[in-house]
Amino acid sequence: MAELTNKPAKAQTSTWKAIWAVVWKDLAAEWRSRELFTAMVIFAALVILIFNFALDLNPKIQRDVTAGILWVTFTFAGTLGLNRSMAVEKDRGCLDGLLLAPVDRSAIYFGKVIANLIFMFAVEIVMIPLYSILYNVNLFQPGLLLVIFLGSVGYIVVGTLLSTMTVQTRTRDVLLPILLFPIVLPVIISAVRASTYFLQGQPMDLIMPNINMLIAYDVIFTALAYMVFDYIVEE
Amino acid sequence: MKSQPTFLKILNTLSVLMVLTAIYLAVFWAPTEVTMGDVQRVFYFHVSVGWVAAIGFLLAVIAGIAYLSKGNSKWDIIGVAGVEVGLVFAFLNIVTGSIWARPVWNTWWTWDPRLITATISELIYIAYMMLRQGIDDPDRRARFGAIYAILGFVSVPLSFFSIRIWRTIHPVVVASGDAAAKGTFNMSPDMKLAFFFSLATFTVVGATLLWHRIRIGNLSQKVEQLKMKMYE
Amino acid sequence: MIEVRNLVKRFGLKTILKGLEFDAQPGEFIGLLGPNGAGKTTFLRILSSLSRPNMGLVKVAGYRLPQQAAQVRRKLGVLSHQPLLYGDLTADENLRYYGKMYSVENFAAREAEVLALVDLSKRKDDLVRTFSRGMQQRLSIARAVLHDPDILLLDEPYTGLDQDASEMLDGVLKQIAAQGRTVVMTSHDLARSAELGTRFDVLSRGKIISSASRDEIPQDGLLGFYRKALLIAAAEKNNAKEAANG
Repeated sequence: MAELTNKPAKAQTSTWKAIWAVVWKDLAAEWRSRELFTAMVIFAALVILIFNFALDLNPKIQRDVTAGILWVTFTFAGTLGLNRSMAVEKDRGCLDGLLLAPVDRSAIYFGKVIANLIFMFAVEIVMIPLYSILYNVNLFQPGLLLVIFLGSVGYIVVGTLLSTMTVQTRTRDVLLPILLFPIVLPVIISAVRASTYFLQGQPMDLIMPNINMLIAYDVIFTALAYMVFDYIVEE
Repeated sequence: MKSQPTFLKILNTLSVLMVLTAIYLAVFWAPTEVTMGDVQRVFYFHVSVGWVAAIGFLLAVIAGIAYLSKGNSKWDIIGVAGVEVGLVFAFLNIVTGSIWARPVWNTWWTWDPRLITATISELIYIAYMMLRQGIDDPDRRARFGAIYAILGFVSVPLSFFSIRIWRTIHPVVVASGDAAAKGTFNMSPDMKLAFFFSLATFTVVGATLLWHRIRIGNLSQKVEQLKMKMYE
Repeated sequence: MIEVRNLVKRFGLKTILKGLEFDAQPGEFIGLLGPNGAGKTTFLRILSSLSRPNMGLVKVAGYRLPQQAAQVRRKLGVLSHQPLLYGDLTADENLRYYGKMYSVENFAAREAEVLALVDLSKRKDDLVRTFSRGMQQRLSIARAVLHDPDILLLDEPYTGLDQDASEMLDGVLKQIAAQGRTVVMTSHDLARSAELGTRFDVLSRGKIISSASRDEIPQDGLLGFYRKALLIAAAEKNNAKEAANG
């Protein structure tokens, strides 16, 4: 057998490279199995279907409740993705593998956030046209898409942080929604409001406070998560 | 086993006396409010318990930050005490608010910013307790609890502000910005006395309960330590 | 290479490591023996920077833990009873991922080397979840040495391996050890430890209670050495208890 000769030189891997290594890893694994994506999409479709029967949506009230239905769907499907994404790391001890690497802890966090965001966007890209077709509502407005983007970011930033915690508890899957939903409420409230206003064609000065709140939330909680993540993973 | 320190015993008695006095002041002594009648008297307690709940929450966050920086388990005991006391008083806040709301607004519940925020806080408290329940390792339990308390504390004001853009029907007692808010009233000097006394009372009661809870936490830890020693 | 003084580690109220002292010179292969619950895994986790000491000095490759953990990680290769591999990725993809995380240069050549070492070159493009336990462990070794670490920490690497896989692991470890790396290995398999180790330490109840180099122990005497160390420790503990009560 050959002698191991290679002596790699660098002491610490750049954070940027590490983040993209994590993202690439998650995408490659998911692309292979597509378990997460399929589960989320089917779940989301079922939720929308159930809403159709539960709320008896006539065209008149539709514009008013569409945003709410969409965000409920994203919220619940999102927890599926978050749980699964972290469970993969817990499996076969891969979380240790992440922590052993000579990378900044924040690289692990941001890598997971970006990967989770991509999954969430992928599901949303499927659901939005689907909903538009099923209910004859045009959801392809830039304003609405912006709100969905900002809202998803806030949701995933906090969700990834909390799922890193819950994956290490006994009650794992059940606990994440219980922890996540109260904290992520400002996102849901503002996103639903802004989305509804966009669909109703309301003036911008009515919508802006909600968008500002979304931006504020995203910034505040990203900073907070960055500060706090180390304490979750350092034993 | 150490018995209660003298000061705590004084606080126990003081709490009881103050509560009795506060009840007297609120129920019998204070004048009846013109529009709402006797049910308004709930207000004296409603704000006070809400105030204690908020202190509990604040204490939990401070203890959380302290635990993360210092690593001393006594901060964790203080944090849990803060959440447990806060949990109970937040619940009382919601219940008294509901009792007051029924005759005044003709509804047990309403989707108003302050009420929703109080409920969200209560849910965060409960989630905190459930998080701790699911963790066996004491250090991890304390760390995660601290982190969640901090996250919760930051998110509650954001929730409040995001709802606030709606019109509120919650009485604005101190600053009357929206005159259309039903149930707003101005306090007479006698009412102010009852109100502030009640505030002081529940602060003392809250402090006493916190102290008791922290003592229990410390004693519980001592018991665990002795158990460990036995099995070594 | 490794220097540990008065290491204390607590989990809640329980003290697992009670002032542990340990040394490892470059090139040594140390077999860490001890009963379950003695603290071997805890100790290894601290050395690998996954866990932080409550008290004491821990120096690995000249860096202090936990302050300089970031610098140390580069020089550590860790093998535990979990393979640290992603089931939905191929062997090649797993190694690519770790190659990126460790900034491994000349990756293609390097990957070929380590796969040849563990005899998995032909299975490069197969999904890890189709691997047997033995194969996963072998790939895990490839992962652990991919970045050419100076120090290897192995926690019960033989767990769950059948005879063939164990022998293969033996061969690989011998080869790796021969290249001057420092290795600390915990194992319940005394026979294998005896073959590979240059020194043996016994960890019991949070402390190293006995240490002997290879020459000081005859080949089949490792079991005797181990048992004796534990008996002496138990006797000392009883004496201490009686002195305290008496």
